Amino acid sequence: MRPVEIKDGIFWLGAVDWNRRDFHGYSKAHKGTTYNNFLIVDEKVTLIDTVDERFWGTLQCNIAQVLGDRKIDYVVANHLEPDHSGCLPKVVEKYRPEKIFTSPMGQKAMKAHFKYTDWPVEVVPTGTNIEIGKRTLSFLETRMLHWPDSMLTYCPQDKIVFTNDAFGQNWATSERWADEVNRTRLEELMANYYANIVLPYSPVVLKTLATIKEMALDIEIICPDHGLLFRGEDCAWAMETYQAYAEQKPKNKAVIVYDTMWHSTEKMAEAVASGLADEGVSVRLMCMKNNHHSDVMAEVFDAAAVIVGSPTHNNGILPLMADMLTYMKGLRPQNKIGSAVGSFGWSGECTKILTKWLEDMNMEVVEPIKNQYVPDHEVLGKCYEQGKAIAAAIKAKL
Amino acid sequence: MQKYVCEICGYVYDPAEGDPDGGIAAGTKFEDIPEDWVCPVCGAGKDSFVPEG
Repeated sequence: MRPVEIKDGIFWLGAVDWNRRDFHGYSKAHKGTTYNNFLIVDEKVTLIDTVDERFWGTLQCNIAQVLGDRKIDYVVANHLEPDHSGCLPKVVEKYRPEKIFTSPMGQKAMKAHFKYTDWPVEVVPTGTNIEIGKRTLSFLETRMLHWPDSMLTYCPQDKIVFTNDAFGQNWATSERWADEVNRTRLEELMANYYANIVLPYSPVVLKTLATIKEMALDIEIICPDHGLLFRGEDCAWAMETYQAYAEQKPKNKAVIVYDTMWHSTEKMAEAVASGLADEGVSVRLMCMKNNHHSDVMAEVFDAAAVIVGSPTHNNGILPLMADMLTYMKGLRPQNKIGSAVGSFGWSGECTKILTKWLEDMNMEVVEPIKNQYVPDHEVLGKCYEQGKAIAAAIKAKL
Repeated sequence: MQKYVCEICGYVYDPAEGDPDGGIAAGTKFEDIPEDWVCPVCGAGKDSFVPEG
């Protein structure tokens, strides 16, 4: 995709990674992704972030299309993760910028990543303003949104904010603006991104949104580094959506995530689902053999209840459930009700282990059910009642 | 001595090691660290720390 002028003198460069599916080694990007970076043509030509190293060719081509032979004076590094800084060493080498601006933590990360000795790095803590000609760039550190080095860059003259990974979505498209694409899909992909990448840092999101409000930043364009950009009324929409994500208010929804050997745990899970559904709770029944942990997390993050199921296997739980629970705990979901089901042959540790995980995530635990060998009508009836009990707990919480 | 964990990034302050880069000598109790000290990993303030365990 060629550069797009998103405001007079401000260009989207970026690279569209149509074939990306594995995102950062832990999450799925089913619709590909983009690495957005930006070029501001002013007295000091300023490049904001770079792209994944594999797209160095695309980046050079895009820069040349906008600038011709004009040079890049400044580089802003909002975030040092390799999908945004991957081309930074090559940019420094080829364009020899006069200055590279980054946050205090960004400087540390830059040194650790690139082992540079002679780059013209200038640290810009929160509140720093730099003049690049007609425009000013202001910086706001957003530590742990979602790395220590993360920061935002704001241009008051153009009312545009470059937010790095905040507000991102993994979606490879030919469109550049959120108002040009299907809103339902956009929101689904934005939620998926949040649930898998930003969720543990929700308190930081709330703090950042409050700071933006306090500073009364006038924002007409939001430029995340992945996916579609927001303009006009969509800016308020994006911020309200993030506020809601970060508050983690539970919805009338339950996710049952399980794995199964001979389908006994699966039958129990299905019975719990029926009990929940009959009480009007929206249920997602997700078997780990058919769902990636990042897709499960996208459903878990706004659910009121999480029910985990695994048979006992070698005195433990099945490995795909251990994967799921490790991943889920790391993302620190809040305000959840938890419960567990599991079948067993002889030792039966499954529900005890599963419950420990739920407690470690501070979930409000509804009594788990375990059953030896194949669940009969009576046990499945108990599971159905457990679903109803979880539904009652959800109603009390909403 | 009690260790403290940063709730934002997970860094653990160990009084036995201190935070030499941040000007905190080994053997300094968490309570005795100046209020303007920040987490060496993520920059969070002292109020983001909770006792470990």
